[in-house]
Amino acid sequence: MHVKINGKSEEVQGATILDLLKAKNIDPHMVAVELNSAMLERDRLATTPVKEGDQVEFLFYMGGGR
Amino acid sequence: MEFSDEQVTRYSRHILLPEVGGKGQKKIAKSRILIVGAGGLGSPAAFYLAAAGVGTIGLIDSDAVDLSNLQRQVIHQTTDLGRPKVLSAKEKINALNPDVEVVTYEDRFTSKNALELVAKYDVVIDGVDNFPAKFLINDACFFADKPLVHGGILRFDGRVTTIVPRKSACYRCVFKHPPPPGLVASCQEAGVIGVLAGIIGTIQATEALKLVLGIGRPLTDRMLDFDARRTAFREIRTRKNPHCPLCGEHPTITELFDHEPETCAVNVTSGAS
Ligand SMILES: [Zn+2]
Repeated sequence: MHVKINGKSEEVQGATILDLLKAKNIDPHMVAVELNSAMLERDRLATTPVKEGDQVEFLFYMGGGR
Repeated sequence: MEFSDEQVTRYSRHILLPEVGGKGQKKIAKSRILIVGAGGLGSPAAFYLAAAGVGTIGLIDSDAVDLSNLQRQVIHQTTDLGRPKVLSAKEKINALNPDVEVVTYEDRFTSKNALELVAKYDVVIDGVDNFPAKFLINDACFFADKPLVHGGILRFDGRVTTIVPRKSACYRCVFKHPPPPGLVASCQEAGVIGVLAGIIGTIQATEALKLVLGIGRPLTDRMLDFDARRTAFREIRTRKNPHCPLCGEHPTITELFDHEPETCAVNVTSGAS
C-alpha cells in the first residue's frame, strides 16, 4: 500500500496509523499527527486504519528559539 | 503624521513599492510589535523591524547576554556579556534607527503579565526557547485577539506559522499540550545551527510586516518547515481543529495559566528568553 508520509511517497505495511509510527520508532507523544489535512487525536491512532493514498504528517515539536 | 525628508530617503525602497508606498510606510510607523524573547529569533526580527521603521518595538526577556548566545543572537555583541538582553537590544535598535521607540521589559513572560502586555501591541512575535512559554504566548494572543507569528528552531530544522486567533489554526490546534518533560529536546540542550535563527527570525519579521500592511497572503493555516541540511522548505497545511482545547468547539482552557517549567539537563532557566 502506498501512502504519503511527510510529503514522501512510501510503501508501507501495517493496519493503523499507530503501526506506521511504530515502524518508524516514533513515540506517539513526540508528534502531532495529521491525516489528510485534519488533526488526528492521539487516542484514535490505534483505531484509525491506513488507506491507500492517505497523506500522513508526523509533526514533531520544535521548541527552540533563543 | 508627515515624514521628514530624511525619513523619506531612509524608507525610499519601501515607499517605491506599490504595495507599501507612503501610506503603507505610515502604517509601519504607527505599528506596535511585541517580541517575546530577545535571543536567536528575536535578534534578526528586531533588527529588520527596526530598519523597516516600526513605530514601537516591545522587548521582553529576563536574561543577561551569555557567551554561548553570541553564536546566533546577532543583536548582542561581545562587549554586552553580562548585560540585560533587552538593554543590549534596545541600544542596537536605536543606533540603527532612532525613529523606533523601544519599550523594554526585563522580566519573564508569565500568565500574570502576558495578557496586559500583549494587549498593548498589534502583532506578537514568538522568540522564546521553551514549550511552556510558546503555549502561553499562543493562549495570550487568543484571549487578547492579537495575531501571532510563531517560530521555532532546533538543530538543523526551523518552523514558522502565523496565527490569527479565531480565524486560523492556533498552536494548540496542532499541538494540544507541551510534550511530556524530557522527551523532546529544546535548543539549549540539543544545539542549533546559528544561521537558522536568522532564516526563521527574518521570515517572522516578514510576516509581521505583512500583517501590519495588510498585504499578501499570511502564513496562516500553514506551517512552513525548513531543513537546513537539504536547504528545503516544506509547507504543511493545517486548519482550525474543532477539538482544540483553546479555540475549538468545547474549549477546556478558559484562562491563562503557566505550564510546568521544562526540566532541562544543561540549563534550568526558562521563561522569556
Ligand atoms: Zn486552536
